[in-house]
Amino acid sequence: MRATLVTARPLLRGPSLGRTALVLGGGGALLLVALVAAVAIGTVGVGPGETAGILAHRLLGLPITATWSPAAETIILDLRLPRVLTAMLVGAGLATAGTVFQALLRNPLADPYIIGTASGASLGAISGLLLPILLPGLAIGAGTAWLGIGAVQVLAFIGGLLTVIVVYAVARSGGRAPVVTLLLTGYAVSSVLAAAVALLMFSSGRALGVIFGWLMGSLGGASWTDLALAAPLVLVAFSAILARWRRLNVLLLGDRQAAHLGLDVERERWILTMLATLATSAVVAISGTIGFVGLVVPHLLRLAIGPDHRLLLPASAVFGALLLVVADLGARLAGGIPVGIITALIGAPFFIWLLRRSRSVALTVAP
Amino acid sequence: MTAVTAVAAEPLAELRDVTFGYGARSVLRGLDLWIDRGELLAIVGVNGSGKTTLLRLLAGTLRPGSGSVSVFGRRVSAFDRRELARRVAVLPQSLQLPSGFRVAEIVEMGRTPHARSRFGATADDEAAVERALVDAAALDLADRPVEELSGGERQRVLVAMALAQEPELLLLDEPTVHLDLGHQVALLDTVERQRRNRGLTVVAVLHDLALAASYATRVALLDGGRVVAEGPPRDVMRPPLLAATFGVGLDEAITPDGARHLVLRRPGG
Repeated sequence: MRATLVTARPLLRGPSLGRTALVLGGGGALLLVALVAAVAIGTVGVGPGETAGILAHRLLGLPITATWSPAAETIILDLRLPRVLTAMLVGAGLATAGTVFQALLRNPLADPYIIGTASGASLGAISGLLLPILLPGLAIGAGTAWLGIGAVQVLAFIGGLLTVIVVYAVARSGGRAPVVTLLLTGYAVSSVLAAAVALLMFSSGRALGVIFGWLMGSLGGASWTDLALAAPLVLVAFSAILARWRRLNVLLLGDRQAAHLGLDVERERWILTMLATLATSAVVAISGTIGFVGLVVPHLLRLAIGPDHRLLLPASAVFGALLLVVADLGARLAGGIPVGIITALIGAPFFIWLLRRSRSVALTVAP
Repeated sequence: MTAVTAVAAEPLAELRDVTFGYGARSVLRGLDLWIDRGELLAIVGVNGSGKTTLLRLLAGTLRPGSGSVSVFGRRVSAFDRRELARRVAVLPQSLQLPSGFRVAEIVEMGRTPHARSRFGATADDEAAVERALVDAAALDLADRPVEELSGGERQRVLVAMALAQEPELLLLDEPTVHLDLGHQVALLDTVERQRRNRGLTVVAVLHDLALAASYATRVALLDGGRVVAEGPPRDVMRPPLLAATFGVGLDEAITPDGARHLVLRRPGG
C-alpha cells in the first residue's frame, strides 16, 4: 500500500514568471540605458536629456519641444541610432545562433561560425570588395548597389548560407549527418575557403586594410537600409527557433533518446542549423565576422539562469544585444577600431576568469 | 517453437523473418518473435547475438534489412516518430543528462511526444510526471539538480522519464548493468509493478540470467541472430541449453524452499 502523495507546490514550475521578468526585464532596462548612452556619447556630445528627447520625439512621436540643434538630430538619427540598433541586432542574432549551435552540437566550444558560415561569408564579402579592383570592367562592386544594398552584403549573406548548405550536403550520407561528421566537414570546408580568402588578401594590394577591417568585424558602415534588410531575417529566424525550445531541450539528451521521445532528429537538426545560419549570415553581412559574442553570451547565461531554452533563448538575444552595444561604444571611444577587437580583448579574459570560477561548464553530466 | 496454446488475441508486437546487419556484419538472420500484451519478455543471449538490435527495431530507430517488424498491428515504419513515442518508451542503459536541469524537468521531457501546450506543461503532463516520479520512487529527488545524483538515483530518474511517456510497451536495454544488486532488484520490482497494476508490456534485454529467471513471464534465448529457444523461464533456463549457448558449465541447484536456481560450475572443477 502506497501513501498518496500530495505535493504542495507544482513540480513543473518551469522558469517562474518572477525569474523571467527579472532576467528579461532587467536585461531590457539595461539595454535601454545602454542604447541612450551609446547614442549620446561620441565626438560631438549630445546631452543624455537631449538624446532621450530626440528619440522620444522622433521615434515615439511624443510632443516635446525641440531644444536641440538640427545637427544634433541628424547625428543622432542618421549616424548613431542606426549604428546602435545594428549593434543590438548583430549581438542578438549571434548570441541566439550560438545558443542553438551549442545545444545542437552538444559542444561548449560551438559558436555561430562553427560549421563554415564565417569563412563562406568572408569569401563572399571579399569577392564583393575586390571584384571592382581586380576586374574594373565588371559592373558590380562595393560602390554599386542593387535596391540600395551593396554587393558586399549580398555576397556575404549568400556565401554564409551556401557554405552551410554545402557542408551539410557533403556530411550527409544515407539520410544522416552525424554531429562529428558535420563538425569535421565544416572544419575542412572552412579551411579551403580560408585559403581562398588568404589568397585574395595576399593579392589585394591597397585594399588589404578594408578587407582586414571587414574580417575583424565593424559596425562603422551601419545604415538604415542594411538594418531594414537584416532585421526581418533575424526576427523570423529567432521566432522560429524560440518556437522549438522544447526540441532543443530534448536534443540535449542525445540523438538516440531524442528519437525515443518522438523527435525526427535529423530533420530537427537540419531545420535548426539553417535557422541559426540564416540569422548568422544576415548579421555577418552587415557587420563582418564579429567574434566571441556568440560563444560567450550563451555560456554565461547557461551558468547564470540554467539550460532551459524557453528562457535561455530570449535572454541570449537581450544580453547579446547589450554586450555588443557596450563593446561598440568602447570601439568608438578607442578611436574607431573594429568592434571585434574589443569583444575578443575584453571578452576572452573575462571568459577565462569565469571558467576558472565555475565548477561545471560541460553541457552534459557523464553517467 | 510451436505454440502449444492457441494464441487468442493478436500479439502486441511481432517480428517476422527479420534480418539486419551493420555493414557487412550480419546480426539478425531470420528472427521470428512475437510479444503478447501484458507480458514481461526477457531477451537473453551472448554479446553480439542481436539483443539490442532487436530492441532498436521495435523502437523504430533501426529499420530491418528484410522481414517485418510491427507493433499494435502496424508496421513500425508506418508510424510517425511522435505517434510511436506516445506508445513505446525505451529505458536506456545509461544516458548523459544535460547539466543544470532539475530532476522534475528531466522527467517532464518524457512528456515530449504528448506535448500540447506551446509554452509549458498541461494539467495532464503535471499529473503524469508526478505519478511517474512516485512510481519510480524518485519523488524525493524532484528538486535535485541532475549533476548531484548517484548512479542508482540517476537510473530511477530515467525510469520516471520513461513512465512519464505513459507507454503501452516499455523496452529495457540492459537497464541494470551499472547498478548494484539492490538497485537491480528495485528497478525490476518497479517495472514488474507497472506490468501487474497497469498492464504495461515489457521487453527487457537482461544479462543476468538469475534476474531474467526471477522476473520474466517468458524468456527468449538468442543465438546467432535467431531465437533458439522461447518459453516460460523454467523451460528455457535449463543448464544444457544455456551451457551450449554461453559456452560455460552450468548446474541447477534446488534450494530448501523447492525453487530451482542456476549455478555456475567452477572452472576446472
